[in-house]
Amino acid sequence: MPNFNELKKRIVESQLWRSIFRHDYPDTPRNRVLQIMANVWLHLHPPKIRRHAIKIRFTWCMGGVTFLMFLVTVVTGVILMFYYRPVAEYAYADMKYLQYDVPFGMIMRNMHRWAAHGMVITVWLHMFRVFMTGSYKAPREFNWVVGVVLLTITLLLSFTGYLLPWDQLSIWAVTVGTNMARATPLLGSEGPFAQVVGVTPRYDARAFLLGGTLVGPPALLRFYVLHCIFLPILISLLMIVHFWRIRKDGGISGPL
Amino acid sequence: MAEAKENTTSKPTAQSAGAHEPAVTDRVHVWPYLVRNEFICSIIVMVILTVWSITIDAPLEESANPTQTPNPSKAPWYFLGLQEMLVYFDPWFAGVVLPSLIIVGLMIIPYVDINPKGNGYYTFRERPFAITMFLFGFFFMWISLIITGVFFRGPGWNLFWPWETWNPHLVIALTNVDLSAWGPLRWMGNPKIFGVEVIGFVLIAFYYSTAFVFYYLKRDISDAIRQLGPVRYGIVAFLFLTMMSLPIKVFLRLAFNIKNVWVTPWFNI
Ligand code: HEM
Repeated sequence: MPNFNELKKRIVESQLWRSIFRHDYPDTPRNRVLQIMANVWLHLHPPKIRRHAIKIRFTWCMGGVTFLMFLVTVVTGVILMFYYRPVAEYAYADMKYLQYDVPFGMIMRNMHRWAAHGMVITVWLHMFRVFMTGSYKAPREFNWVVGVVLLTITLLLSFTGYLLPWDQLSIWAVTVGTNMARATPLLGSEGPFAQVVGVTPRYDARAFLLGGTLVGPPALLRFYVLHCIFLPILISLLMIVHFWRIRKDGGISGPL
Repeated sequence: MAEAKENTTSKPTAQSAGAHEPAVTDRVHVWPYLVRNEFICSIIVMVILTVWSITIDAPLEESANPTQTPNPSKAPWYFLGLQEMLVYFDPWFAGVVLPSLIIVGLMIIPYVDINPKGNGYYTFRERPFAITMFLFGFFFMWISLIITGVFFRGPGWNLFWPWETWNPHLVIALTNVDLSAWGPLRWMGNPKIFGVEVIGFVLIAFYYSTAFVFYYLKRDISDAIRQLGPVRYGIVAFLFLTMMSLPIKVFLRLAFNIKNVWVTPWFNI
């Protein structure tokens, strides 16, 4: 019986294999670098990296997993958008339609939901790891600031998405959440010093957020636009900055 | 293939011990060593997510009905920490000021933590204060408030054990009083002595002034405080005392039924 190497050799040298792959991949240092440099996606990475940084123990892979969760929500979210209309009369019915009629609709919805929740958890864990390794210290201070903004946008994305199913859970959760805006000092109708500015329930921070005095159809449309257009673009731009800064700040942090 | 394989276990760098070209020379190729890890990691996460999504359905309740308020109305779980703070502080403080301070405070961390040690590796001993503060804020305050909100809050935002059945008609006597009306301090709330507004102001001013006292006491003894300088020290002290105001208020509420410390016609704290 041929051993593994002989078998491999036979396959690789067969006419069929050769007709498909014109030459093999010599695993040289040069090629390893080229794999990264010549690939538009992989070249986010440097060609070489400090040895300790590839250890799961160091990064917990949490920044990467957060990014993966984001990509999952983008893909599943686009699919959901084909079936969902942000109109009070249709939104809930569209959810039912997605769940019961659309092929793979339920699992797309589930994946979108759970990936979003997962992203909230992993982004916290990522921040936790970055803090515990002290990686926010010079020269990475600014990337930490960018990270905090990313964390905030992640929460806002989750929160705006929460309203879209337009069920009891979502409108009341968003009601509770946005009620706080009513109490903003100066800008909220029930906040301190509201009289000084002269804001009213119809014309204050909360009404601006909701497009009205309660969580109604205009709020649904606003949250939809924020959730599907504004916040995803914003978070993508900031992720670009975040990843770029990791490289510019000298790669993953490590003991000097 | 075997020739190009690097030794992935640590090897001493070529430098002699005295030379100051640090471990940075100890690098490995991203392809395959990092890309491989990322690939495996992604597959594992995707498998878990897919299985999870097949087995557990996302919730969908009755259609939205603005006339029927569920009791309790809970925010999404990641905001329950904020909702929980609403029990102890007025909305303008718990819902607007504190969240803003949390975000700003997090952003400020790299600029006030001037300890150069512990950059890029796990250590507790070299930065005990920073780590203790972060763990306290992260676990004790943020996570435990979320857990309280998710599992222990029922109708009327009353406390229930998770295994207790929710009784929506449970009436809990609202016996909370403002500090200026609280037994031992009531005499101070008397308008002829301090008045309702002044006593809270005095107490809070006293609370924050401990930072000054501490600064002048420790300035000459503690290197850390001297290096920090007055501005950074002030920011750290302010954020620290503000953070601690939450557990203090939780304690005052649970132990003495005290509602607000500082009462004014415009706002309460
Ligand atoms: C959408 C959210 C985020 C994504 C996708 C993301 C992604 C990443 C990735 C892939 C890395 C490489 C190292 C690793 O995986 O740990 C990284 C590093 C880093 N992240 Fe994030 N991140 C996010 C949010 C945050 C937050 C919330 C913070 C802090 C508040 C933060 C601060 C940092 C810092 C300082 C580094 C450099 C760490 C080092 O050099 O060791 N990031 N991020």
